[in-house]
Amino acid sequence: MRVEHWIYTIPLRLRALFHRNRLDSELDEEFRDHVERQIEFNLAAGMSAEEARLAALRKLGNAPLLRDQTRATWNWNGLEQFMHDLHIGIRTLSRTPGFTLIAVLVMALGIGANVALFTVVRSVLLKPLPYSDPGRLVVIYEADLHGQHPAPWLPVDAGSFWEWQQSTQSLAQMALVSPFQGYNVSGEGGKLPEVVEAAWCTDNFFPLLGVRPMMGRSFTQNDDKPGAPATAMITANFWRRRFASDPAIVGKAMWLDAKPYTIIGVLPSTFVYSGAFGGAADQIWTPVRHEAPASLLHTYGDHEFLAVARLAPGVSLATLAARVDALQKQIKLAHPEPAVHPGAIGRTMLDDAVHNYKTPLFALLGATGCVLLIACMNVAGLLVARAASRSKEFAIRAALGGGRMRLIRGRLIESLLLSAAGAALGVLLAWAALEWLIHARPDMNRVEAIGFDGVAAAFTLTVIVLCALFSGIVAAFSSGRGNVLAGLQENSRAHSGGRSRALLRRLLLTAEVGLTVVLLVGAGLLLKSFQHLRSSDIGVPVDNALTLRFGLPGARYKQDEQKFAFFDQLLAQVRALPGVSSAGLVSAAPGEGWNGDDLMSIVEHPPLPKGQGLDFMLRGADPGYFSAIGLPILKGRTFNEDERGKRANVVLISRGAAEQFFPGEDPIGKHLKTIDEGGVWTIIGVVGDVRWNVAKSPNPTLYWPIYGNGYSFGTIVVRTSHDADSMAVPVQKIVAQLDPDLPVSNVMTLREAIGKSTIDSEFDSVLVLAFAIIALVLAAVGLYGVLAYLVAQRLVELGIRLALGAQRSVLLSQLLLDGLKPAMAGLLIGLPASAAVVRLIRSMLYETEPLDPVVFGAVAGLLLFVAFAACLAPAWYASRLDPMRALRTE
Amino acid sequence: MSKPSDLVQGTLDLLVLKILALEPLHGWALSQRLKQVSGDVLQVSDGSLYPALHKLEQQGWIHAEWKPTENNRRAKFYSLTRLGRRYLEKEAANWERISAAISGVLRLTEV
Repeated sequence: MRVEHWIYTIPLRLRALFHRNRLDSELDEEFRDHVERQIEFNLAAGMSAEEARLAALRKLGNAPLLRDQTRATWNWNGLEQFMHDLHIGIRTLSRTPGFTLIAVLVMALGIGANVALFTVVRSVLLKPLPYSDPGRLVVIYEADLHGQHPAPWLPVDAGSFWEWQQSTQSLAQMALVSPFQGYNVSGEGGKLPEVVEAAWCTDNFFPLLGVRPMMGRSFTQNDDKPGAPATAMITANFWRRRFASDPAIVGKAMWLDAKPYTIIGVLPSTFVYSGAFGGAADQIWTPVRHEAPASLLHTYGDHEFLAVARLAPGVSLATLAARVDALQKQIKLAHPEPAVHPGAIGRTMLDDAVHNYKTPLFALLGATGCVLLIACMNVAGLLVARAASRSKEFAIRAALGGGRMRLIRGRLIESLLLSAAGAALGVLLAWAALEWLIHARPDMNRVEAIGFDGVAAAFTLTVIVLCALFSGIVAAFSSGRGNVLAGLQENSRAHSGGRSRALLRRLLLTAEVGLTVVLLVGAGLLLKSFQHLRSSDIGVPVDNALTLRFGLPGARYKQDEQKFAFFDQLLAQVRALPGVSSAGLVSAAPGEGWNGDDLMSIVEHPPLPKGQGLDFMLRGADPGYFSAIGLPILKGRTFNEDERGKRANVVLISRGAAEQFFPGEDPIGKHLKTIDEGGVWTIIGVVGDVRWNVAKSPNPTLYWPIYGNGYSFGTIVVRTSHDADSMAVPVQKIVAQLDPDLPVSNVMTLREAIGKSTIDSEFDSVLVLAFAIIALVLAAVGLYGVLAYLVAQRLVELGIRLALGAQRSVLLSQLLLDGLKPAMAGLLIGLPASAAVVRLIRSMLYETEPLDPVVFGAVAGLLLFVAFAACLAPAWYASRLDPMRALRTE
Repeated sequence: MSKPSDLVQGTLDLLVLKILALEPLHGWALSQRLKQVSGDVLQVSDGSLYPALHKLEQQGWIHAEWKPTENNRRAKFYSLTRLGRRYLEKEAANWERISAAISGVLRLTEV
């Protein structure tokens, strides 16, 4: 029955769809035929010709209505009406190009920003990692949650890891990875030497992730042991760049730190490892048990690793983390040294990769959401204003029998057209924004995963429909409601209708201003935080200083004397360059990162309980470093030239260390010793504090000679009289002359280095500020629009008042106050709302309180000023009216 | 005005189908026949027949065909389809049942 029914009706449906015109003409013919037959019948009954015709028509009924009713029974009628409304919509919109353009642009901004941000959030935060069954992958960290300074997410030591791996075999597979390694790649075929970021991993790492090499093979147990032949895997990117996509690369040798390695496999181009501790830029992978020194592989106190695990089926992250935590507590009991951590925690691998971006990205998404809402309200406001000027048209259509739903649908279609056009433009904007983002933020984890996909397209469509519904429904219900007669009678002397519409627009505006205030406060706080960060004193002058980093490969620089000779020649030649005022060597320059710390005790002080010590950051420096970097020696002296090698047992400490560890004492002449190995160093001086990270306060620091103490790497700091950048090439030439195989890295001025570490803050604050400015402009346009509309509506009234002697200044202030009301109401709503919202971005703020009164005050002032400026023009115009002209506008 | 109430609309469909079951007719003839058989009980304008006819056609119960008539003219003739015949039987039976039930109820209240 069903099937037969379909077979029968499909041709009818097709005919109704494709032969609409013929159906129409046939319907007309049918009516005509009917009427003719009735006329004949009437004539036969003896009526006159005219009488017969009129009677026949009367008997038929309301022909146009009948035609409509008949057509309504045809299939596809809804579609036909839709197309008709669409046609009308396009025509109406193109009749007011200015309005249309503004509305489309506003929508484009709102939709574009949201599509871009949604795409980023989805790609970065939500899309699964490019591994097989990534939902079961987790990362386990060590943690010290109950100590004096609670510290979650601490890297892992190898000693603990082997125990974890052993004891959790039934729960998970575990792999060890150390993504912060690096190699000097050199040698083959006259190619430039370079420093390449690299990672060590256990042989089960790639199988655990489910990553198969696109060429060659993965590591095996035979590769991952001390004394095995040296092997390496490279990323597809490195293979293309350095080896020109050599198809026969597998099996060839590559020189890493002056030692030959066999390339056994090339990783697929989709592979990327991005964790909270970086790794996305790692291009060479080597087996950890072959690479890491034996001591590092067995210690419980040196945390150079991360543990990645694949949960067995049915095992939860919580189960595994609890088991490892318990294990780690036992390990701590067996090894009570301070450097051994007392617990462990875990999170999913995806969380690990994107945790740091969650708050900023969601904050930005919130900001774009506000912008979109504001854009919608603005367009709704514009549509309401248009509805006011078209109220007579609607009244006439209603009087002619236009259905109410049909009228509302017409309005919805107009707003749908606007948001669809806006979205088309907006997607272009979004595309440009994403391109920009990918280039501006290569440092961001998972930036490579950003792409427009089906879900983002669905999101765009949803946004279009929601925007259209929102602005369309608001506009539709703002008119239509009044009865037809009132609409027809309304003229500019009857203000009630126009007033109620203005009330709706004012409510919209109030909400708009409220949102704008929230955005402005957010932007203000982030900007202030960025300013703080930018101006935070790193401890040394940042201008006219260039840094270059290098690492001497142990395979070629076996003896200390060889390293010292290199340091000596490098410093001598760099200092001799014209334009260089001074130069120095340090293991890590200010702002260049953590770079090692150790626990010390003071020989002259009473002994500390076993396992406790004073935490010093460690820096190796040459005698000239302090004057080159501009670090003042507050007390004592710098190193002597001969305090090197075996005589390198002297240290300078930072002011912070002196104040913290030697309160009320003179540290000079006192002795420090490491708590485990027992070497002793004499304090010979005190220097100023510097920051290892621009956003972090200075730590107690200890400087000892870089000549000795095991240093084979360093950063050369070059202080110039001007234009430090110009020294980059000459200094690199000197390095190349001393050792043609030695690459340098991180060639940048101190200012650039600091800028790099503030890029997050800069990025967030600039973007939120941009959104806030867009919101402010939209709100200002809205304020202007409403007041201008009100003035136009009340032109006659104002004319009469002026004619009767109203004072222009009184009129001006009344109108201004009228226009400013929504702004003030919005401000009153927005400020408390901001106070609630800014708590969510607390973690993004640096040395800035969420409830900063200066920011809140400045936002309120700025908003009132802009609102005032927006309202001034229409109010001024109204107060300067020529009464006679105003009265004649009727 | 010319739009019959829901109840009448439903019965109108049924009447149209029944009349067309006897012989194919064009719109005007159908309206005449309708008047004949129902007298003044069904007060509908001629025109309101057409939405009903077109709806029945779209549903597949009746089939429309242009056929030549007297004086070299042509008219759109409606005839019942196989589906329509089956539908009519079902609906007629329904009607019998419902009207029997309703008249039964009405007689009850009278006692």
